[in-house]
Amino acid sequence: MTLTHEPIEGEHFIVASESTGDEWEIVVGLEVHCELATVTKLFCGCPNMFGDEPNTNVCPVCLGLPGSLPVLNENVVELAMRLGRALQCSVEPSVFARKNYFYPDMPKDYQVTQFDRPINVDGWLDLPDGTRVGIERAHIEEDTGKNSHAGGSGRIHGADYSLVDYNRAGVPLVEIVGRPHIRHPEQAKTYIDELRAILLTTGASDAKMEEGSLRVDANVSVRRVGDTELGTRCEVKNLNSLRSLGRAIEYEARRQVDLLESGERIKQETRHWDEGAGRTRAGRSKEEAEDYRYFQEPDLVPLVPSAEWIAAIDAAMPPLPAARREALAVASGLAVTESGVVIAVQRDLDQLALATIAAGGDGRRVLTHVEHNLSGEGSAGLDPATFAQLVGLELGGQLTATQVKTVLAEMLVSGRAPDVIAAELGFEAMDSSELEGVVDGLIAESPEEWSDFCTGDDKKRAKLQGFFTGKIMKATKGQADGKAVAVLLESRRVESL
Amino acid sequence: MSAIPSTAIEIAAAVRSGSLSAREVLDDHLARIDARDGEINAFNLVMVDEARAAAAAVDAQVAAGEDPGPLAGVPLALKDNLCTHGIPTTCSSRILEGWRPPYDATVVQRVNAAGAISIGKTNLDEFAMGSSTENSAFGPTRNPRDTSRVPGGSSGGSAAAVAAGFAPISLGSDTGGSIRQPAALCGVVGVKPTYGLVSRYGLIAFASSLDQIGPFSTTVADSALLLETIAGYDGRDSTSINAPSPSLIESLGEGVDGLRIGFVTELMGEGIAPDVAARVRQAADALAAAGAQIGEVSVPAAAFGLSAYYLIAPAEASSNLARYDGVRYGMRVDAPTTAEMNAATRTAGFGDEVKRRIMLGTYALSAGYYDAYYGKALKVRTLIVRDFERAYADFDLLITPTSPTTAFKFGDKTADPLSMYLNDICTIPTNLAGHPAVSVPFGGGADGMPVGVQLLAPALGEATMFRAAAVLESAAPALDEVWS
Repeated sequence: MTLTHEPIEGEHFIVASESTGDEWEIVVGLEVHCELATVTKLFCGCPNMFGDEPNTNVCPVCLGLPGSLPVLNENVVELAMRLGRALQCSVEPSVFARKNYFYPDMPKDYQVTQFDRPINVDGWLDLPDGTRVGIERAHIEEDTGKNSHAGGSGRIHGADYSLVDYNRAGVPLVEIVGRPHIRHPEQAKTYIDELRAILLTTGASDAKMEEGSLRVDANVSVRRVGDTELGTRCEVKNLNSLRSLGRAIEYEARRQVDLLESGERIKQETRHWDEGAGRTRAGRSKEEAEDYRYFQEPDLVPLVPSAEWIAAIDAAMPPLPAARREALAVASGLAVTESGVVIAVQRDLDQLALATIAAGGDGRRVLTHVEHNLSGEGSAGLDPATFAQLVGLELGGQLTATQVKTVLAEMLVSGRAPDVIAAELGFEAMDSSELEGVVDGLIAESPEEWSDFCTGDDKKRAKLQGFFTGKIMKATKGQADGKAVAVLLESRRVESL
Repeated sequence: MSAIPSTAIEIAAAVRSGSLSAREVLDDHLARIDARDGEINAFNLVMVDEARAAAAAVDAQVAAGEDPGPLAGVPLALKDNLCTHGIPTTCSSRILEGWRPPYDATVVQRVNAAGAISIGKTNLDEFAMGSSTENSAFGPTRNPRDTSRVPGGSSGGSAAAVAAGFAPISLGSDTGGSIRQPAALCGVVGVKPTYGLVSRYGLIAFASSLDQIGPFSTTVADSALLLETIAGYDGRDSTSINAPSPSLIESLGEGVDGLRIGFVTELMGEGIAPDVAARVRQAADALAAAGAQIGEVSVPAAAFGLSAYYLIAPAEASSNLARYDGVRYGMRVDAPTTAEMNAATRTAGFGDEVKRRIMLGTYALSAGYYDAYYGKALKVRTLIVRDFERAYADFDLLITPTSPTTAFKFGDKTADPLSMYLNDICTIPTNLAGHPAVSVPFGGGADGMPVGVQLLAPALGEATMFRAAAVLESAAPALDEVWS
């Protein structure tokens, strides 16, 4: 079996079978749990803090002690609605339900969640590549505590004893259930990137996958290209990074295609990603899964946010990544899908880029620098007018691309004007005859390399082009323009043949 | 030592005026407990030291010229499913062995703040599941009026404590009649308030959508005083009604002139003992004599109340009682794996009736059965609410028996759970509707045991309900007057 990354009908990821030549399409739906960035927990006043001494942020309510009752944290509702509206969901009157199952990390042996009437329904998330991924729902629920197994093997089986930390019990979560509209492992990663940007923009969550405040489960199935029915899916858990997410989807798709091609059927089940082994392993089978016996949580009342509350959330909604990309695309004249546009928004540098373009900077050049020469940190303080001035010097040929990069780095440190910095560094445009002299001198110094450059194969020539370019740049202290050097070397080569 | 009055209102007045000390009142009641609770078994725990300290504090307040509050120095018994800070709270179950709550229930805070002296924790059917207090892990409570008979349940200990004079007032909880039925069987007043009027924070849940805390007392006025004290909004209970505590005592003497009071026909027929039905008619006559208009009214869905209740309450209980798993507190029976430890603990820790209801409830909520059982029960609940609404369009209050019979003998109904469940047939519809109801003693039955008459009111209709209860109280024959 081979995998091809040939995009067919857009960004579809196709698994082509070696044995039959059949082509299979991957279908992915992601379920994301994110911890809301509230000061206190979902149903009590305990701090919502990561990494504290175990069992210090607990009270009768989040420990589920007999007689205790939950009281809904209004701020949770606010953040959940903000997220829901950012995901274009409709906010509905909702109710809480109990999901009943026994597990030691769950103080009440049921989880309070939203089941048949979630707060946010029917939204979508637009990816930078233009794909619209449907959001089925984004509902509120409580987190569980955390088990650790000690002694013996240290794994759950064979451990001498287990410890439970309830600090996380009752921490507010929103579960965002995406529709199966994702067709490519890379697209899954982009979806998470985009979702994370929305979570950060709305202030709903700090969305740190490595700290577990953003957790991703992937529902993966495959079907023959052209089929419209969904295949049987497996839910892949334990995805602790974007890299794991991509690898796990790819692995799981291969596994399913192998099974189907050998005439077997897919069993709907939960599978755990083993990052070390690079494979998924069967967990609980859904067919013998527990019956959660959901019913309405009688200790809470229905949640019916007022129209005014929802309107206030909409009014205060900060510009979201898709809208920011759109604005930047319009200002720069680039497509929304171009990497400069996408990355500028990702790095939160779109305001700087817009201001620089407004100050006269060329859109494409500005975004090229944002993409390649600026990082998210420390760049926001750059003065748009001087940045635009720098781009102007580059476009006018007064500075080479390499020189611009150096000047830009210096501007970030000192904040001084680019022409001043350039003058200090002795950057002046080198006239062409001067450059010709340098190039010819260097060719004369290295006749063997020059001969290889002129007659060698593509690989050799590319290597020697680097050799000569490096020498020229060194001799001109970086003042030579890279493009001009390339053109000159090529014309000398043609001349010498 | 001056004579100790029998009612909370009189005791509080005497303590507040300084004519009687809280210590004297307490000593007197502790002596009564000492003398007779060995036989009655109303208490799981008598809080001697804590009560003495509380009484001393009340006396110190009076000495300092401060007012300890409306329940100053009044001994009060707490059903042992109400959490008390640092004091064992057992629900009369082995599974909570050794557990001491780190907090007080809201009602406990409120009675303490009103100057009451919490004197002990009373026996109940395990986790409030039962109608005779025979399901307690610590042995049954006996009816003080005839110790060969049950006191009713599940709040049998709280009812018996008041009937035996161990405390003039007590608190119980009522999920399907657990205050009113034992009040009737012991010959005391018992009130199930409107759902949400009294905070459930700190009440160990049986069935959350039905549970409500309420008072027991020997007089209607004492129940009114205690209910005023515990009622009112509590931010720790999301189902708490956001309204101030009602004024009940103020209007207690206003009578029933002009009130329309309806007999519920569905709850006066089959299954109701003739002597009990006769006492209810006699009570209605007394209300008519006081100026009320009495009529008949049908609440058809009430007939299905029992069936709906025995799906809804066990369903909620199966979830509420899941937390007793041996992991965090109470009993633990060790076993090789967590799941086996959970099972071994619950097998050893819960009694038969609790297990029966957990299984019933688990079944009712299971995939494939939910719609047929739990779902249908919820629909019946909606119908009951609607039928009551119709009845209250024509009537201010309704009148029924509290319990189909007077107190029965130990063991009479333990072999057949269904016959035990039928005890709650008149009380359950009120819980399903979330409405208030009161049981008022009204003479004796053919066996000379007390009969309780139940008055029902629409949500937050407590003030009117108490007015009628006061009229019944003043017209009531002696408790031991045999019906003939």
